[in-house]
Amino acid sequence: MFHERDIPVQVAIGNYDLGICGSDWIEELMVKYPSSALMKVGLLGYGQSALYVAVSPDEGISTVETVRQRSGVVRIASEYPNLAEQFAINLRLRRFGVFPLWGAAEAYPPESADLALVCGTEEGLADCGLAPIAKVLTVSACLVANRNSWEAKDMKDVVASIYDKAAAQEAEPEITRVSGRRPRKSKLFPPGADGDIIRLALPDGHQQSPTFDLLSKAGIGLDDYPSPTGNRRPATDLAGVAIKVIRPQDMPLQVASGNFDLAVTGRDWLREHLCQFPTSPVKELLDLRSGRVRIVAVVSNDMPVADASDLIKFSAGRTAPLRVASEYINIADKYARDNHLGSYRVVPTWGATEAFLPEDADLLIENTETGGTIARHNLKIIDTLFESTACLIGSSRRVANAVKRGKINAIIQALQTGVKLN
Amino acid sequence: MKTQRCKGTRDLSPGEMAVFRLIEGAFRDACLNWGYKEVRTPTLEYLHLFTSVGTLTPGMLGRVYSFLDWDGWSGERVVLRPDGTIPVARLYIDSMEKEKLAKLFYVANTFIFEATGEKTRERWQCGAELLGVSSPSADVELVMLALEVLQRLQIDGVKLKVSHAGLIRALLARLGLSSEEQARVFDRILDGDGKELAELGLDRTELETLSALLGLKGKASTFVKGLKALFDPDLAGLQPGIDDLVSVAGLLEALGADYQIDLASVRDFEYYTGAIFQIFRGKDKIGGGGRYDALIPLMGGKDTPASGVALYLDRLMGLVKPEALIEPETPGILVRAKPEAAKEGFNLVARLHEAGYRAEFNLGAQSGADFGWTLDVQSQAPKFILTDRAEKKFEAQTVNEVLKLLAR
Repeated sequence: MFHERDIPVQVAIGNYDLGICGSDWIEELMVKYPSSALMKVGLLGYGQSALYVAVSPDEGISTVETVRQRSGVVRIASEYPNLAEQFAINLRLRRFGVFPLWGAAEAYPPESADLALVCGTEEGLADCGLAPIAKVLTVSACLVANRNSWEAKDMKDVVASIYDKAAAQEAEPEITRVSGRRPRKSKLFPPGADGDIIRLALPDGHQQSPTFDLLSKAGIGLDDYPSPTGNRRPATDLAGVAIKVIRPQDMPLQVASGNFDLAVTGRDWLREHLCQFPTSPVKELLDLRSGRVRIVAVVSNDMPVADASDLIKFSAGRTAPLRVASEYINIADKYARDNHLGSYRVVPTWGATEAFLPEDADLLIENTETGGTIARHNLKIIDTLFESTACLIGSSRRVANAVKRGKINAIIQALQTGVKLN
Repeated sequence: MKTQRCKGTRDLSPGEMAVFRLIEGAFRDACLNWGYKEVRTPTLEYLHLFTSVGTLTPGMLGRVYSFLDWDGWSGERVVLRPDGTIPVARLYIDSMEKEKLAKLFYVANTFIFEATGEKTRERWQCGAELLGVSSPSADVELVMLALEVLQRLQIDGVKLKVSHAGLIRALLARLGLSSEEQARVFDRILDGDGKELAELGLDRTELETLSALLGLKGKASTFVKGLKALFDPDLAGLQPGIDDLVSVAGLLEALGADYQIDLASVRDFEYYTGAIFQIFRGKDKIGGGGRYDALIPLMGGKDTPASGVALYLDRLMGLVKPEALIEPETPGILVRAKPEAAKEGFNLVARLHEAGYRAEFNLGAQSGADFGWTLDVQSQAPKFILTDRAEKKFEAQTVNEVLKLLAR
């Protein structure tokens, strides 16, 4: 069992002969790597949705033509960076930047991106305050195979049984165009003209409760965070501060790009960003001391390796490249380089990385709180790369605006108090 | 042992490098004689130079090597140069725009992904760009320059295919296609997907006229006759393109070039606005070029007419017969020195180089049989003993005496 997004990669590299996942993730891989060994066997007819390019309708963009005519860099936020790039190229956009995201793309327009390429339905988009301007792909569940296995093995029976099971699933109706549905008006950040506003990013997911507690102790009141309805723009009693809720993984890049002034994320994700972009203008402003994990190198208990130096010897003695699986692809890549692992491949994963050992990877770079999950999977830790806690990050450049600088310092001080009380 | 070379790349062995340099040399000499100046642009460029309408087609852009640089957090990508002309246009805009006429040439590698294994992913081209002049003579000069290089390299049987981007666009407009449809059809033609035109949803008459047009071939007079027949004989809107094409073709004909007008013979590059040339030998396309008057203003420069031509070095390498062109090397001199005379040995090698000889210091791995002379250096008299191929020995006490003996 994998995260859906991992399946096309796993089938393409030959770890699996067959896989089932949404056609969105298949196209995302195939558009970038057309000659990979991934082949589509057929659609399974359930799980239909679509990929849309969506905008915030209040921003004067209502058609692809208006996007094309914009001057300056068009910012596109998406979990599908390859499809987003293909869209921009086919549209012949002169300048564009793609923000590859872990999630919550729908929260980006209009302040943090001009366009979002998102999977969903038109109703769902309207609920997020977005309007689609182009449909890029109809998404449904798809059976994929590794081309080499497909040619070498007879998989007829397996495929037939998958189709039988799929037919038993109730087919969802094809999404039709909903006419006249007005996107919900969401409370946007105040217009860009207000240069004094502080834009703060808070994490979604399981980091929400500890973050809420810390902010409460710091005397910062929040309304609708965590939000039961999925509102990503909670209100706060801090004057002159606008908050958006996004994935912690995406925050360092967003701060570096100037979309946010402050963000609450993990040091692991800051480090991951800085491994990819060493001169990026983002730094840790305050250690929030919660959510402590270790980032560790992990191998199977059966592997005769006790530490990093053993790993070098082990890797030198093999002909096949060492497969390093990680959510932190840039940290993992740097670890492999720094340790001279020779011939290696980094396999990106989107969660549940423990499941990759020993069949689908040789080494993991993983986070762990107690080491319990690792031990339960018959794995062992051979190296600790660093410790990570939640932290407040911001720009490493001097903030020119004195009002903003003052507000940022006040928030840091409030959080310092919160950390002491925590 | 398994090869460790990257897929789609090639090594150039010493023998191949000799041919490479020979072609490069012939190209450089011809360019310098025509008054062109050499430039070199970086391998890395910003992707956005190549993405807008009028630069590269989506088909080409889907195969470029682009990535985020180490400081690419804004999401803007850089690319390994996929084309030679656009970087030179960028260089011209950045630092040479004051020059009314710029005649530039380069020998550069370009990078395009290729899955079939028929071509390499890194390709070398010899390119010349003529910026600032808009006339059929400028286009013809570039063709003549390319043909001169091929002649120097003794590559014969060269044929030209001539097309005209402006005329194709005017023809698509005449067919009543919307500007978006025109762009899509043009992209398809450029990407070589002529057969897939049927998928574009054109009606039957449009498709038939289009394929008849793309099938029109021949010398200038035949071609114009064919056009008139198709459009019976109202050529409104087409006349400027036809006039330009006919004057370029007429001049080529007068100069004795073997050419054929073939409208469909355009590929890959969207930036062409006027005459387009492709140079063939047999079925192999060995070069091409054309006029691109809109590119420089599109990239943010002043309104500057321009045209260019490129020869594909990798293709030429297979056609050149080096034995006919490379002068046989004069046999060199092997200098053998005992350890205690190493200093004198190295000094002698340096003096021989100054005098214009090819001389190698003996590292114990060379064979005297590969050299015209073997020269032993000793710390005691006689200091130098020369042995020729016939094993005849000569003695010398000074370097000057050695040089005299060698000169005999």
